Amino acid sequence: MTSKQLNKKKGTPLIEIRNLTKAFGNNLVLKGFDLQLFPGENLVILGKSGSGKSVLIKCLVRLLNPDDGEIEILGKRIIDLDQKALDEIRTEVGFLFQGSALYDSMTVRENLRFPLRRHPERKASADEDQLILASLKSVGLEDAIDLMPAELSGGMKRRVALARTLILKPKIILYDEPTTGLDPITANEIIQLMLKLQDELGTASIIITHDMDCARVISNRVIILTDGINYAEGTYQELDESKDPKVSAFFKDINKRNHG
Amino acid sequence: MGNIRSAVIDVFEEIGALSSFAARFFRAALSRPFEGKELVHQCFAIGYKSLFLVLATGFIMGLVLTLQLRPTMIDFGAVAYMPDMVGIAFVREIGPVVTALICAGKIGSGIGAELGSMKVTEQIDAMEVSGTNPFKYLVVTRVWACILMVPLLTISADAVGLLGSYFIESTRGQVSMSLYFSRSFGAMAVGDIIPATVKTFFFGLVIGLVGCYKGYYSSKGTAGVGTAANSAVVVSSLLLFLVDFLAVLIADIFYEI
Ligand SMILES: Nc1ncnc2c1ncn2[C@@H]1O[C@H](COP(=O)(O)OP(=O)(O)OP(=O)(O)O)[C@@H](O)[C@H]1O
Ligand SMILES: [Mg+2]
Repeated sequence: MTSKQLNKKKGTPLIEIRNLTKAFGNNLVLKGFDLQLFPGENLVILGKSGSGKSVLIKCLVRLLNPDDGEIEILGKRIIDLDQKALDEIRTEVGFLFQGSALYDSMTVRENLRFPLRRHPERKASADEDQLILASLKSVGLEDAIDLMPAELSGGMKRRVALARTLILKPKIILYDEPTTGLDPITANEIIQLMLKLQDELGTASIIITHDMDCARVISNRVIILTDGINYAEGTYQELDESKDPKVSAFFKDINKRNHG
Repeated sequence: MGNIRSAVIDVFEEIGALSSFAARFFRAALSRPFEGKELVHQCFAIGYKSLFLVLATGFIMGLVLTLQLRPTMIDFGAVAYMPDMVGIAFVREIGPVVTALICAGKIGSGIGAELGSMKVTEQIDAMEVSGTNPFKYLVVTRVWACILMVPLLTISADAVGLLGSYFIESTRGQVSMSLYFSRSFGAMAVGDIIPATVKTFFFGLVIGLVGCYKGYYSSKGTAGVGTAANSAVVVSSLLLFLVDFLAVLIADIFYEI
């Protein structure tokens, strides 16, 4: 699909970021970053380690407060929201953390129950245990329901974390390096799972990754984050063929690391 | 010279940060929602985890104190005052301080390490995005649990300390348990019991606050977790003695004049 074809089916963006700026002391991490996320798409953000990818998506859900710029999610300017409205938006935006971030003092069941405790309205339609079981089933782990996180493998943890994210039925999912630290086969399982979820639930996702195989398979669109800005944007194919030295060097670099 | 100066500045920065953490605790502790279920769970976890250690230490302290005092008391012909002596020593000072130090080591470091690792592995962030205020859920409940449990643990330590003391007395002299305890309690005045109990609530506050503060703001990486646990113990132990000193000073003003 070329970006022109993609443009046609875009519609109004679910997330719009304009001129996002964030610094930690003298360390200027984001210097005016722009991005739009459209319904149903998988948007991959590529960037070197330390380029500010995690900072970017943490600003989206206000785990970090941006210094400057505009963030709109589902039509709401999230910088101005009070705590209640913010929690409301956060239920629409699922966040899969880099290291899964399962609560390690709780069983898998309790981990999945946790997001429900502050959102009784989400439970209204179904019984709590049913919701938990359904969510675990969608990641293929209903047998693990009474295990502790320490008893799970890395891939299983990632799936449970995904199930915990899905239980509130978010419209948007933010993935922070979903395949990092997994072997290629397990990584591929996670990728297939993400594709399946996109297909079945119609969620839009922002996926942060180093993993070029992941980016190639999963992306509808790719953004390159370098020097704190949205440096280049296009389909995987387009960027791979790009003549821009920074972009191609980037791809070469990563391809070499992955295959060499 | 420069080193000393920066160390002094560090200390004051730490005091400032800890104070604002305390202020944040009091604000959060008094506003909705209250995490009642988690509070009960933390009380149980914190009380249960340290009960055995506190009881064992209290009993042994009772034994040792009595054994050590005995020869001197005999020299002074005052061995009959053993229950009074041990009772007051335990209730006023030994029970509260020993219990608090044990709790600083056991509970404070546990909280520091637990919250520190939750911070490092982004579990605290995960709570935040799932609509739960992690400060209330994790910090407020733990600090309250410490405030409530440290006094209870202290009372248990006092009780088994006296028991230990009685155990020695009963093997060396002839004294019945009821006589021993009634002598011991009879010697205590309100001025011994009230300030000693009040200060244990503050000990609990110090242990909970410092442990949570160190864990909640621990730096990234696994090394940060170790540092959090370690400095939770060091800082809270120091603060405990400071609070103890202040408590004794203040109690003196109220009950001596
Ligand atoms: N809470 C923070 N306080 C201070 N500096 C931070 C903080 N979080 C991130 N940084 C800094 O921001 C920069 C970007 O970090 P970030 O975690 O976003 O990188 P990343 O692109 O996600 O890298 P990786 O691929 O390794 O996860 C780094 O230089 C980091 O030191
Ligand atoms: Mg990152």
